[in-house]
Amino acid sequence: MRVIYILWLREVKKYLRSRTQIIASLGSPIMYLGVLGFGLGPIFRKAGEGSYLQFMAPGVIGMTILFTSMFSGIALLWDRQFGFLKETLVAPVPRLWIMIGRTLGGATVAILQGTLIFVACFIAGFRPVSLAVIPLAFLFMALIAVVFAAFGTVIGSSLKDMQGFQLVMNFLVMPIFFLSGALYPLTNLPRVLAFLTRLDPLTYGVDGVRTVLTSRTQFGVGLDAVVLIGVAIALLSAGAWRFSKIEI
Amino acid sequence: MIRVENLVKRFGELTAVDNISFEVQRGEIFAFLGPNGAGKTTTIKMLTTLLQPTSGSLSLDGLDPTVHRDEVRKRFGVVFQDPSLDQDLTAWENMEIHGVLYGVPRKERRERAEVLLQMFELWERRDALVKTFSGGMRRRLEIARGLLHTPKVLFLDEPTLGLDPQSRNQMWTHVKNLNETDQVTVFLTTHYMDEADRVAHRIAVIDHGRVIAIGSSSELKEQTNTESLEDAFLALTGTSIRDESANAADGLRQIARMWRK
Repeated sequence: MRVIYILWLREVKKYLRSRTQIIASLGSPIMYLGVLGFGLGPIFRKAGEGSYLQFMAPGVIGMTILFTSMFSGIALLWDRQFGFLKETLVAPVPRLWIMIGRTLGGATVAILQGTLIFVACFIAGFRPVSLAVIPLAFLFMALIAVVFAAFGTVIGSSLKDMQGFQLVMNFLVMPIFFLSGALYPLTNLPRVLAFLTRLDPLTYGVDGVRTVLTSRTQFGVGLDAVVLIGVAIALLSAGAWRFSKIEI
Repeated sequence: MIRVENLVKRFGELTAVDNISFEVQRGEIFAFLGPNGAGKTTTIKMLTTLLQPTSGSLSLDGLDPTVHRDEVRKRFGVVFQDPSLDQDLTAWENMEIHGVLYGVPRKERRERAEVLLQMFELWERRDALVKTFSGGMRRRLEIARGLLHTPKVLFLDEPTLGLDPQSRNQMWTHVKNLNETDQVTVFLTTHYMDEADRVAHRIAVIDHGRVIAIGSSSELKEQTNTESLEDAFLALTGTSIRDESANAADGLRQIARMWRK
Protein backbone atom coordinates (compact mmCIF):
# COMPACT_ATOMS: atom_id res chain seq x y z
CA MET A 1 0.00 0.00 0.00
CA ARG A 2 2.78 2.42 0.93
CA VAL A 3 4.47 1.77 -2.37
CA ILE A 4 1.31 2.52 -4.36
CA TYR A 5 0.73 5.63 -2.29
CA ILE A 6 4.21 7.05 -2.72
CA LEU A 7 4.22 6.47 -6.47
CA TRP A 8 0.82 8.10 -6.70
CA LEU A 9 2.04 11.00 -4.58
CA ARG A 10 5.04 11.40 -6.83
CA GLU A 11 2.86 11.94 -9.92
CA VAL A 12 0.61 14.42 -8.13
CA LYS A 13 3.54 16.36 -6.64
CA LYS A 14 5.22 16.62 -9.99
CA TYR A 15 2.03 17.93 -11.52
CA LEU A 16 1.44 20.56 -8.89
CA ARG A 17 5.01 21.78 -9.29
CA SER A 18 4.90 22.18 -13.06
CA ARG A 19 3.05 25.49 -13.25
CA THR A 20 4.08 26.37 -16.78
CA GLN A 21 3.08 22.95 -18.01
CA ILE A 22 -0.33 23.29 -16.40
CA ILE A 23 -0.92 26.61 -18.08
CA ALA A 24 0.42 25.38 -21.42
CA SER A 25 -1.84 22.35 -21.43
CA LEU A 26 -4.89 24.51 -20.79
CA GLY A 27 -4.25 26.27 -24.09
CA SER A 28 -5.88 23.88 -26.54
CA PRO A 29 -9.06 23.08 -24.57
CA ILE A 30 -9.64 26.76 -23.97
CA MET A 31 -9.15 27.42 -27.66
CA TYR A 32 -11.71 24.76 -28.55
CA LEU A 33 -14.06 26.21 -26.03
CA GLY A 34 -13.57 29.80 -27.11
CA VAL A 35 -13.22 29.50 -30.87
CA LEU A 36 -15.49 26.54 -31.63
CA GLY A 37 -17.85 27.19 -28.76
CA PHE A 38 -18.62 30.71 -29.80
CA GLY A 39 -17.81 30.29 -33.50
CA LEU A 40 -20.21 27.42 -34.17
CA GLY A 41 -22.71 28.60 -31.57
CA PRO A 42 -25.02 30.52 -33.94
CA ILE A 43 -25.28 27.66 -36.47
CA PHE A 44 -25.92 25.11 -33.75
CA ARG A 45 -28.70 27.27 -32.37
CA LYS A 46 -30.21 27.74 -35.85
CA ALA A 47 -30.28 23.98 -36.26
CA GLY A 48 -32.49 23.86 -33.23
CA GLU A 49 -29.97 22.15 -30.96
CA GLY A 50 -29.80 24.88 -28.31
CA SER A 51 -26.61 26.32 -26.85
CA TYR A 52 -23.44 24.90 -28.35
CA LEU A 53 -21.42 25.88 -25.30
CA GLN A 54 -23.74 23.83 -23.11
CA PHE A 55 -23.33 20.96 -25.54
CA MET A 56 -19.58 20.99 -26.03
CA ALA A 57 -18.35 21.85 -22.50
CA PRO A 58 -18.61 18.21 -21.30
CA GLY A 59 -16.79 17.21 -24.50
CA VAL A 60 -13.94 19.58 -23.85
CA ILE A 61 -13.68 18.36 -20.27
CA GLY A 62 -13.53 14.80 -21.60
CA MET A 63 -10.90 15.79 -24.16
CA THR A 64 -8.70 17.33 -21.50
CA ILE A 65 -8.87 14.19 -19.40
CA LEU A 66 -8.21 12.03 -22.45
CA PHE A 67 -5.08 13.90 -23.44
CA THR A 68 -3.66 14.28 -19.96
CA SER A 69 -4.17 10.68 -18.91
CA MET A 70 -3.03 9.14 -22.20
CA PHE A 71 0.05 11.29 -22.11
CA SER A 72 0.98 10.28 -18.58
CA GLY A 73 0.80 6.63 -19.60
CA ILE A 74 2.77 7.05 -22.79
CA ALA A 75 5.43 8.94 -20.84
CA LEU A 76 6.39 5.48 -19.56
CA LEU A 77 8.30 5.03 -22.75
CA TRP A 78 10.69 7.84 -21.98
CA ASP A 79 10.70 7.21 -18.29
CA ARG A 80 11.92 3.66 -18.52
CA GLN A 81 15.01 4.53 -20.53
CA PHE A 82 15.98 7.93 -19.21
CA GLY A 83 13.98 8.27 -16.09
CA PHE A 84 12.81 7.09 -12.82
CA LEU A 85 10.97 3.99 -13.98
CA LYS A 86 14.10 1.85 -14.10
CA GLU A 87 14.69 2.62 -10.46
CA THR A 88 11.26 1.22 -9.61
CA LEU A 89 11.72 -1.84 -11.82
CA VAL A 90 14.75 -3.07 -9.88
CA ALA A 91 13.08 -2.45 -6.52
CA PRO A 92 11.87 -5.47 -4.55
CA VAL A 93 8.17 -4.77 -5.09
CA PRO A 94 5.64 -6.42 -7.40
CA ARG A 95 5.33 -4.70 -10.74
CA LEU A 96 1.58 -4.66 -10.33
CA TRP A 97 1.86 -2.18 -7.47
CA ILE A 98 4.14 0.03 -9.48
CA MET A 99 1.72 -0.04 -12.38
CA ILE A 100 -1.26 0.73 -10.14
CA GLY A 101 0.50 3.59 -8.33
CA ARG A 102 1.60 5.14 -11.56
CA THR A 103 -1.70 4.72 -13.35
CA LEU A 104 -3.74 6.09 -10.47
CA GLY A 105 -1.31 9.01 -10.23
CA GLY A 106 -1.75 9.74 -13.92
CA ALA A 107 -5.53 9.47 -13.59
CA THR A 108 -5.56 11.84 -10.63
CA VAL A 109 -3.53 14.40 -12.52
CA ALA A 110 -5.99 14.12 -15.42
CA ILE A 111 -8.94 14.70 -13.08
CA LEU A 112 -7.24 17.79 -11.63
CA GLN A 113 -6.65 19.08 -15.13
CA GLY A 114 -10.27 18.32 -16.05
CA THR A 115 -11.39 20.24 -12.98
CA LEU A 116 -9.53 23.32 -14.18
CA ILE A 117 -11.32 23.10 -17.52
CA PHE A 118 -14.61 22.60 -15.72
CA VAL A 119 -13.99 25.91 -13.97
CA ALA A 120 -13.00 27.54 -17.26
CA CYS A 121 -16.25 26.29 -18.84
CA PHE A 122 -18.19 27.72 -15.95
CA ILE A 123 -16.53 31.08 -16.38
CA ALA A 124 -17.30 30.97 -20.12
CA GLY A 125 -20.97 30.61 -19.29
CA PHE A 126 -21.57 26.87 -19.05
CA ARG A 127 -24.20 26.01 -16.42
CA PRO A 128 -24.95 22.50 -15.12
CA VAL A 129 -28.62 21.71 -14.40
CA SER A 130 -27.90 21.92 -10.68
CA LEU A 131 -24.91 21.98 -8.35
CA ALA A 132 -25.99 18.69 -6.80
CA VAL A 133 -25.04 16.73 -9.94
CA ILE A 134 -21.39 17.80 -9.85
CA PRO A 135 -20.16 14.90 -7.67
CA LEU A 136 -21.73 12.44 -10.11
CA ALA A 137 -20.04 14.24 -13.01
CA PHE A 138 -16.73 13.78 -11.22
CA LEU A 139 -17.41 10.09 -10.98
CA PHE A 140 -17.64 9.93 -14.77
CA MET A 141 -14.58 12.12 -15.14
CA ALA A 142 -12.70 9.71 -12.88
CA LEU A 143 -13.83 6.76 -15.01
CA ILE A 144 -12.61 8.45 -18.18
CA ALA A 145 -9.28 9.21 -16.47
CA VAL A 146 -8.76 5.61 -15.33
CA VAL A 147 -9.72 4.16 -18.72
CA PHE A 148 -7.23 6.29 -20.62
CA ALA A 149 -4.44 6.25 -18.03
CA ALA A 150 -4.61 2.46 -18.26
CA PHE A 151 -4.74 2.64 -22.07
CA GLY A 152 -1.69 4.91 -22.00
CA THR A 153 0.10 2.38 -19.81
CA VAL A 154 -0.63 -0.39 -22.31
CA ILE A 155 0.79 1.70 -25.14
CA GLY A 156 3.71 3.11 -23.16
CA SER A 157 4.76 -0.40 -22.12
CA SER A 158 4.48 -1.75 -25.65
CA LEU A 159 6.26 0.91 -27.69
CA LYS A 160 9.98 0.64 -28.15
CA ASP A 161 10.98 4.12 -29.23
CA MET A 162 9.90 7.72 -29.39
CA GLN A 163 8.97 7.64 -33.07
CA GLY A 164 5.96 5.58 -32.15
CA PHE A 165 4.68 8.43 -30.07
CA GLN A 166 3.66 10.55 -33.07
CA LEU A 167 1.87 7.60 -34.60
CA VAL A 168 -0.09 7.05 -31.44
CA MET A 169 -1.04 10.71 -31.21
CA ASN A 170 -2.21 10.94 -34.82
CA PHE A 171 -3.80 7.55 -35.32
CA LEU A 172 -5.16 6.86 -31.89
CA VAL A 173 -5.57 9.83 -29.58
CA MET A 174 -6.93 12.26 -32.16
CA PRO A 175 -9.46 9.76 -33.60
CA ILE A 176 -10.60 8.87 -30.09
CA PHE A 177 -11.29 12.52 -29.51
CA PHE A 178 -12.97 13.26 -32.85
CA LEU A 179 -15.13 10.14 -32.77
CA SER A 180 -16.32 10.69 -29.23
CA GLY A 181 -19.20 13.03 -29.89
CA ALA A 182 -17.39 15.70 -27.90
CA LEU A 183 -17.95 18.24 -30.66
CA TYR A 184 -21.11 17.07 -32.45
CA PRO A 185 -24.34 15.25 -31.59
CA LEU A 186 -24.33 11.53 -32.38
CA THR A 187 -27.82 11.54 -33.85
CA ASN A 188 -28.41 11.14 -37.62
CA LEU A 189 -24.79 10.30 -38.40
CA PRO A 190 -23.77 8.34 -41.52
CA ARG A 191 -23.77 4.60 -40.72
CA VAL A 192 -20.00 4.08 -40.71
CA LEU A 193 -19.36 7.09 -38.52
CA ALA A 194 -22.15 6.10 -36.15
CA PHE A 195 -20.62 2.64 -35.87
CA LEU A 196 -17.14 3.98 -35.19
CA THR A 197 -18.35 6.40 -32.54
CA ARG A 198 -19.88 3.52 -30.66
CA LEU A 199 -16.56 1.69 -30.53
CA ASP A 200 -14.90 4.66 -28.85
CA PRO A 201 -14.86 4.44 -25.04
CA LEU A 202 -14.63 8.22 -24.77
CA THR A 203 -18.08 8.43 -26.40
CA TYR A 204 -19.59 6.86 -23.32
CA GLY A 205 -17.49 9.02 -21.03
CA VAL A 206 -18.53 12.25 -22.69
CA ASP A 207 -22.14 11.08 -22.82
CA GLY A 208 -22.01 10.25 -19.12
CA VAL A 209 -20.66 13.66 -18.14
CA ARG A 210 -23.06 15.39 -20.53
CA THR A 211 -26.09 13.49 -19.28
CA VAL A 212 -25.29 14.24 -15.67
CA LEU A 213 -24.52 17.90 -16.20
CA THR A 214 -27.02 18.92 -18.88
CA SER A 215 -29.63 16.12 -18.97
CA ARG A 216 -29.02 15.66 -22.68
CA THR A 217 -28.28 12.01 -23.27
CA GLN A 218 -27.52 9.49 -25.99
CA PHE A 219 -27.22 6.17 -24.21
CA GLY A 220 -28.28 6.90 -20.62
CA VAL A 221 -25.97 6.95 -17.61
CA GLY A 222 -26.49 3.28 -16.82
CA LEU A 223 -25.08 2.03 -20.12
CA ASP A 224 -22.35 4.68 -20.05
CA ALA A 225 -21.18 3.58 -16.61
CA VAL A 226 -21.29 -0.13 -17.44
CA VAL A 227 -19.27 0.31 -20.64
CA LEU A 228 -16.68 2.51 -18.94
CA ILE A 229 -16.23 0.19 -15.97
CA GLY A 230 -15.92 -2.81 -18.29
CA VAL A 231 -13.35 -1.09 -20.50
CA ALA A 232 -11.45 0.15 -17.43
CA ILE A 233 -11.15 -3.38 -16.05
CA ALA A 234 -10.05 -4.76 -19.40
CA LEU A 235 -7.45 -2.04 -19.96
CA LEU A 236 -6.11 -2.19 -16.40
CA SER A 237 -5.58 -5.93 -16.81
CA ALA A 238 -3.94 -5.43 -20.19
CA GLY A 239 -1.79 -2.66 -18.70
CA ALA A 240 -0.70 -4.83 -15.80
CA TRP A 241 0.20 -7.60 -18.21
CA ARG A 242 2.12 -5.38 -20.63
CA PHE A 243 3.84 -3.64 -17.75
CA SER A 244 4.99 -6.94 -16.30
CA LYS A 245 6.61 -7.71 -19.66
CA ILE A 246 8.73 -4.57 -19.90
CA GLU A 247 12.35 -5.37 -20.54
CA ILE A 248 14.83 -2.57 -20.63
CA MET B 1 29.54 -12.96 -3.95
CA ILE B 2 28.71 -13.06 -7.64
CA ARG B 3 29.08 -16.18 -9.71
CA VAL B 4 28.38 -16.36 -13.43
CA GLU B 5 28.64 -19.62 -15.34
CA ASN B 6 28.32 -20.13 -19.08
CA LEU B 7 26.06 -17.13 -19.38
CA VAL B 8 24.52 -16.53 -22.81
CA LYS B 9 22.13 -13.82 -23.96
CA ARG B 10 20.81 -13.67 -27.50
CA PHE B 11 18.62 -10.99 -29.03
CA GLY B 12 17.32 -12.71 -32.13
CA GLU B 13 20.35 -13.17 -34.37
CA LEU B 14 22.68 -11.19 -32.19
CA THR B 15 24.59 -12.90 -29.41
CA ALA B 16 25.28 -10.09 -26.95
CA VAL B 17 26.80 -12.28 -24.25
CA ASP B 18 28.49 -15.41 -25.46
CA ASN B 19 29.18 -18.04 -22.83
CA ILE B 20 30.94 -16.05 -20.15
CA SER B 21 31.97 -17.23 -16.69
CA PHE B 22 33.56 -15.36 -13.81
CA GLU B 23 33.39 -14.92 -10.07
CA VAL B 24 33.52 -11.86 -7.85
CA GLN B 25 34.64 -12.26 -4.24
CA ARG B 26 32.99 -10.63 -1.27
CA GLY B 27 34.45 -7.17 -0.64
CA GLU B 28 36.13 -7.03 -4.03
CA ILE B 29 36.08 -4.19 -6.53
CA PHE B 30 35.66 -5.87 -9.88
CA ALA B 31 35.82 -4.02 -13.19
CA PHE B 32 34.37 -5.01 -16.54
CA LEU B 33 36.28 -3.40 -19.38
CA GLY B 34 35.30 -3.65 -22.99
CA PRO B 35 34.65 -1.69 -26.18
CA ASN B 36 31.18 -0.43 -27.04
CA GLY B 37 28.71 -3.23 -27.56
CA ALA B 38 30.91 -5.81 -25.86
CA GLY B 39 28.09 -7.01 -23.61
CA LYS B 40 28.90 -5.19 -20.38
CA THR B 41 25.54 -3.56 -19.84
CA THR B 42 23.67 -6.69 -20.91
CA THR B 43 25.50 -8.68 -18.25
CA ILE B 44 24.64 -6.10 -15.60
CA LYS B 45 21.00 -6.14 -16.66
CA MET B 46 20.88 -9.89 -16.22
CA LEU B 47 22.54 -9.73 -12.82
CA THR B 48 20.12 -7.00 -11.73
CA THR B 49 17.00 -9.01 -12.76
CA LEU B 50 16.05 -6.73 -15.64
CA LEU B 51 16.77 -9.27 -18.35
CA GLN B 52 16.37 -13.04 -18.47
CA PRO B 53 19.44 -14.94 -19.65
CA THR B 54 19.06 -17.20 -22.68
CA SER B 55 21.08 -19.87 -20.89
CA GLY B 56 23.68 -20.30 -18.18
CA SER B 57 23.52 -19.76 -14.47
CA LEU B 58 23.83 -16.71 -12.25
CA SER B 59 24.09 -16.30 -8.54
CA LEU B 60 24.36 -13.28 -6.29
CA ASP B 61 25.04 -13.86 -2.61
CA GLY B 62 24.09 -17.48 -3.21
CA LEU B 63 20.73 -16.65 -4.76
CA ASP B 64 19.60 -16.95 -8.35
CA PRO B 65 18.39 -13.57 -9.74
CA THR B 66 16.03 -15.31 -12.14
CA VAL B 67 14.28 -17.19 -9.32
CA HIS B 68 14.60 -15.23 -6.07
CA ARG B 69 14.08 -11.93 -7.76
CA ASP B 70 12.99 -9.76 -4.86
CA GLU B 71 15.51 -11.28 -2.44
CA VAL B 72 18.29 -10.53 -4.89
CA ARG B 73 16.98 -7.02 -5.48
CA LYS B 74 17.28 -6.20 -1.79
CA ARG B 75 20.93 -7.19 -1.90
CA PHE B 76 22.21 -4.89 -4.59
CA GLY B 77 22.22 -1.20 -5.39
CA VAL B 78 22.66 -0.07 -8.96
CA VAL B 79 23.65 3.03 -10.87
CA PHE B 80 22.67 2.68 -14.51
CA GLN B 81 24.33 4.15 -17.53
CA ASP B 82 21.28 6.34 -18.23
CA PRO B 83 20.05 8.51 -15.39
CA SER B 84 17.24 7.12 -13.28
CA LEU B 85 16.59 9.97 -10.87
CA ASP B 86 13.34 11.85 -10.84
CA GLN B 87 14.50 15.28 -11.89
CA ASP B 88 11.32 17.03 -10.83
CA LEU B 89 11.73 15.91 -7.25
CA THR B 90 14.29 17.00 -4.69
CA ALA B 91 17.30 14.95 -3.66
CA TRP B 92 15.60 14.17 -0.37
CA GLU B 93 12.38 13.02 -2.05
CA ASN B 94 14.34 10.74 -4.36
CA MET B 95 15.94 9.15 -1.31
CA GLU B 96 12.57 8.86 0.45
CA ILE B 97 10.90 7.06 -2.44
CA HIS B 98 13.79 4.68 -2.72
CA GLY B 99 13.56 3.91 1.00
CA VAL B 100 9.84 3.21 0.75
CA LEU B 101 10.30 0.99 -2.31
CA TYR B 102 12.87 -1.06 -0.43
CA GLY B 103 10.82 -1.20 2.74
CA VAL B 104 13.38 0.60 4.89
CA PRO B 105 11.63 1.65 8.14
CA ARG B 106 11.01 5.37 8.43
CA LYS B 107 13.45 6.15 11.22
CA GLU B 108 16.31 4.19 9.71
CA ARG B 109 15.49 5.61 6.29
CA ARG B 110 15.83 9.20 7.49
CA GLU B 111 19.02 8.52 9.44
CA ARG B 112 20.73 6.69 6.63
CA ALA B 113 19.62 9.21 4.04
CA GLU B 114 21.22 11.93 6.11
CA VAL B 115 24.46 10.01 6.60
CA LEU B 116 24.70 9.21 2.89
CA LEU B 117 23.84 12.70 1.69
CA GLN B 118 26.46 14.08 4.07
CA MET B 119 28.99 11.57 2.85
CA PHE B 120 28.39 12.42 -0.80
CA GLU B 121 28.38 16.14 -0.01
CA LEU B 122 24.78 16.72 -1.03
CA TRP B 123 23.23 17.41 2.35
CA GLU B 124 23.14 21.19 1.88
CA ARG B 125 21.29 20.73 -1.41
CA ARG B 126 18.83 18.09 -0.23
CA ASP B 127 15.78 20.28 -0.82
CA ALA B 128 16.81 21.44 -4.28
CA LEU B 129 15.23 19.88 -7.35
CA VAL B 130 17.48 17.34 -9.03
CA LYS B 131 17.19 19.14 -12.36
CA THR B 132 19.25 21.96 -10.89
CA PHE B 133 22.11 19.55 -10.11
CA SER B 134 25.32 19.20 -12.12
CA GLY B 135 26.20 15.87 -13.74
CA GLY B 136 28.60 14.99 -10.93
CA MET B 137 26.05 15.78 -8.24
CA ARG B 138 23.44 13.62 -9.95
CA ARG B 139 25.82 10.70 -10.15
CA ARG B 140 26.70 11.09 -6.50
CA LEU B 141 23.03 11.21 -5.59
CA GLU B 142 22.38 8.03 -7.58
CA ILE B 143 25.13 6.23 -5.72
CA ALA B 144 23.94 7.54 -2.35
CA ARG B 145 20.44 6.40 -3.21
CA GLY B 146 21.64 2.98 -4.33
CA LEU B 147 23.28 2.52 -0.92
CA LEU B 148 20.27 3.54 1.17
CA HIS B 149 19.03 -0.01 1.72
CA THR B 150 22.54 -1.18 2.74
CA PRO B 151 23.13 -3.47 -0.24
CA LYS B 152 25.92 -6.02 -0.28
CA VAL B 153 26.76 -5.38 -3.91
CA LEU B 154 26.91 -2.09 -5.76
CA PHE B 155 26.67 -2.16 -9.56
CA LEU B 156 28.05 0.88 -11.36
CA ASP B 157 27.51 0.94 -15.12
CA GLU B 158 29.82 3.59 -16.55
CA PRO B 159 29.16 5.87 -13.61
CA THR B 160 31.71 8.50 -14.63
CA LEU B 161 30.56 8.93 -18.23
CA GLY B 162 30.44 12.63 -19.00
CA LEU B 163 31.95 13.78 -15.71
CA ASP B 164 34.88 16.15 -15.40
CA PRO B 165 38.14 14.83 -13.90
CA GLN B 166 37.42 16.45 -10.54
CA SER B 167 34.04 14.77 -10.18
CA ARG B 168 35.44 11.46 -11.37
CA ASN B 169 38.25 11.60 -8.91
CA GLN B 170 35.96 12.50 -6.05
CA MET B 171 33.48 9.79 -6.96
CA TRP B 172 36.05 7.02 -6.97
CA THR B 173 37.42 8.22 -3.64
CA HIS B 174 33.95 7.80 -2.20
CA VAL B 175 33.49 4.38 -3.75
CA LYS B 176 36.86 3.18 -2.50
CA ASN B 177 36.10 4.40 1.01
CA LEU B 178 32.79 2.64 1.00
CA ASN B 179 34.36 -0.56 -0.16
CA GLU B 180 37.00 -0.38 2.56
CA THR B 181 34.81 0.68 5.48
CA ASP B 182 31.56 -1.22 4.74
CA GLN B 183 32.95 -4.12 2.74
CA VAL B 184 30.54 -3.40 -0.09
CA THR B 185 31.35 -5.48 -3.14
CA VAL B 186 31.58 -3.24 -6.22
CA PHE B 187 30.98 -4.35 -9.78
CA LEU B 188 31.73 -1.61 -12.26
CA THR B 189 32.10 -1.00 -15.95
CA THR B 190 34.04 1.87 -17.42
CA HIS B 191 35.77 3.11 -20.54
CA TYR B 192 38.49 4.86 -18.60
CA MET B 193 41.46 2.58 -18.11
CA ASP B 194 43.07 4.79 -15.50
CA GLU B 195 40.00 4.44 -13.31
CA ALA B 196 39.97 0.67 -13.54
CA ASP B 197 43.69 0.64 -12.88
CA ARG B 198 43.25 2.78 -9.79
CA VAL B 199 40.23 1.29 -8.09
CA ALA B 200 39.69 -2.27 -9.27
CA HIS B 201 41.20 -5.27 -7.53
CA ARG B 202 40.52 -7.44 -10.52
CA ILE B 203 39.57 -6.69 -14.09
CA ALA B 204 37.81 -8.73 -16.74
CA VAL B 205 38.29 -7.69 -20.35
CA ILE B 206 35.24 -8.49 -22.42
CA ASP B 207 34.88 -8.25 -26.19
CA HIS B 208 32.25 -9.53 -28.61
CA GLY B 209 30.37 -11.01 -25.67
CA ARG B 210 33.29 -13.10 -24.42
CA VAL B 211 35.65 -12.67 -21.50
CA ILE B 212 39.07 -12.65 -23.11
CA ALA B 213 41.22 -11.97 -20.07
CA ILE B 214 40.74 -11.73 -16.35
CA GLY B 215 43.08 -10.78 -13.53
CA SER B 216 44.60 -7.88 -11.64
CA SER B 217 45.91 -4.90 -13.54
CA SER B 218 49.52 -6.06 -13.18
CA GLU B 219 48.65 -9.58 -14.28
CA LEU B 220 47.01 -8.24 -17.42
CA LYS B 221 50.06 -6.11 -18.19
CA GLU B 222 52.36 -9.05 -17.62
CA GLN B 223 50.25 -11.32 -19.77
CA THR B 224 50.39 -8.91 -22.70
CA ASN B 225 53.89 -7.58 -22.11
CA THR B 226 52.71 -4.02 -21.92
CA GLU B 227 53.48 -1.04 -19.74
CA SER B 228 50.03 0.33 -19.07
CA LEU B 229 46.56 -1.09 -18.72
CA GLU B 230 45.50 0.87 -21.76
CA ASP B 231 48.13 -0.84 -23.89
CA ALA B 232 47.17 -4.18 -22.41
CA PHE B 233 43.54 -3.50 -23.27
CA LEU B 234 44.37 -2.57 -26.85
CA ALA B 235 46.60 -5.59 -27.19
CA LEU B 236 43.71 -7.78 -26.08
CA THR B 237 40.86 -6.19 -28.00
CA GLY B 238 42.63 -4.80 -31.07
CA THR B 239 42.58 -1.25 -32.35
CA SER B 240 39.60 -1.37 -34.69
CA ILE B 241 36.81 1.00 -33.73
CA ARG B 242 33.39 -0.46 -32.92
CA ASP B 243 30.93 1.76 -34.61
CA GLU B 244 27.65 1.90 -32.83
CA SER B 245 26.28 4.90 -34.66
CA ALA B 246 22.82 4.35 -36.05
CA ASN B 247 22.30 4.02 -39.79
CA ALA B 248 19.12 3.92 -41.84
CA ALA B 249 18.78 0.18 -41.32
CA ASP B 250 18.90 0.70 -37.57
CA GLY B 251 16.16 3.27 -37.83
CA LEU B 252 13.97 0.85 -39.75
CA ARG B 253 14.81 -1.89 -37.33
CA GLN B 254 13.59 0.34 -34.56
CA ILE B 255 10.27 0.95 -36.27
CA ALA B 256 9.97 -2.76 -36.98
CA ARG B 257 10.65 -3.49 -33.36
CA MET B 258 7.94 -1.13 -32.34
CA TRP B 259 5.32 -2.93 -34.38
CA ARG B 260 6.39 -6.40 -33.47
CA LYS B 261 5.09 -6.32 -29.92
